[in-house]
Amino acid sequence: MAGRLQVNPTRMELKRLKLRLKTAVRGHKLLKDKSDEMIRRFMEFAKQNKTLREQVEKELSEALTTFIVAKAVSDDAVIQEAVAMPAKTVKLEMDSQNIMSVVVPVMQVKESESKDRYPYSFASVTAELDSSIGVLSGLLQKMVKLAEIEKTCNMLAIEIEKNRRRVNALEYVMIPQLEETIKFITMKLDENERSNIVRLVKVKAMIAEEL
Amino acid sequence: MREGKIAVVGDKDLILAFKAISMETFCADNKEEGEKVIKQLAKNNYAVIFVTENLAEQMDSLLAKYKTKAYPAIIPIPTSAKSNGYGMKGIKADVERAIGTDILFNKED
Repeated sequence: MAGRLQVNPTRMELKRLKLRLKTAVRGHKLLKDKSDEMIRRFMEFAKQNKTLREQVEKELSEALTTFIVAKAVSDDAVIQEAVAMPAKTVKLEMDSQNIMSVVVPVMQVKESESKDRYPYSFASVTAELDSSIGVLSGLLQKMVKLAEIEKTCNMLAIEIEKNRRRVNALEYVMIPQLEETIKFITMKLDENERSNIVRLVKVKAMIAEEL
Repeated sequence: MREGKIAVVGDKDLILAFKAISMETFCADNKEEGEKVIKQLAKNNYAVIFVTENLAEQMDSLLAKYKTKAYPAIIPIPTSAKSNGYGMKGIKADVERAIGTDILFNKED
């Protein structure tokens, strides 16, 4: 599949190509190492991602189910009023981190201290709402962590795919092409050399005959 | 270090719950509304956008666009019913993309 490049079979070209091949081989090795390391990191994140998502999904489903129940038994306006003013404010600090030259997000939740977990008086709402909100506010940290890890996973996966394309392009196209062209030029130069020698021998014989 | 915001996008009944833990909630019932909200949020310094699974499933192509950037992180969350596995499918797709085959989940299949 890899044909040779269209170049003149000269010594200068040969030298240039040899240098390019050296760079390509070196680059290929580096990219391959990068790929290996990225996959190792990715697997760690992917496993974490899976367990964390399982946890969050399970707890969140339960919390939301109880919330729906709470909503069903109470008046709509009561619920609206109950959740309208959160008991604590949440701040999210966003930073980024460099993993194998992939810039991934790092997030941290800063919850303001509050004595009360529930933003409403207990008089008006049912116990279902309490448990639902309680679980949810405990889940906040985990959900943000999940977001961070899942995003990291996403970005690493995309980068690994890109990197693999580069490695393959080098391994299966660039390097064979260069090697083939180098071989072609060497053969051509050798051929020239041989025909030159033959010519010299012939000329010498002709001169010897004339004398 | 910047400060970001957390948003939840989904249908009206569910997102009310997240309001109580001081996330910002945005109501979207169908694909068009959802896409509009997501685009708007992405521009406005939201770090994490949680989207309910059934909505996220419909907006697959839009969400794919945001995968390459660090922010915002758009994360599908299950609704009150049992999870339909959309979130897990995302992890599975990532693993397949990176490794070539799925080696995390193949025990279950």
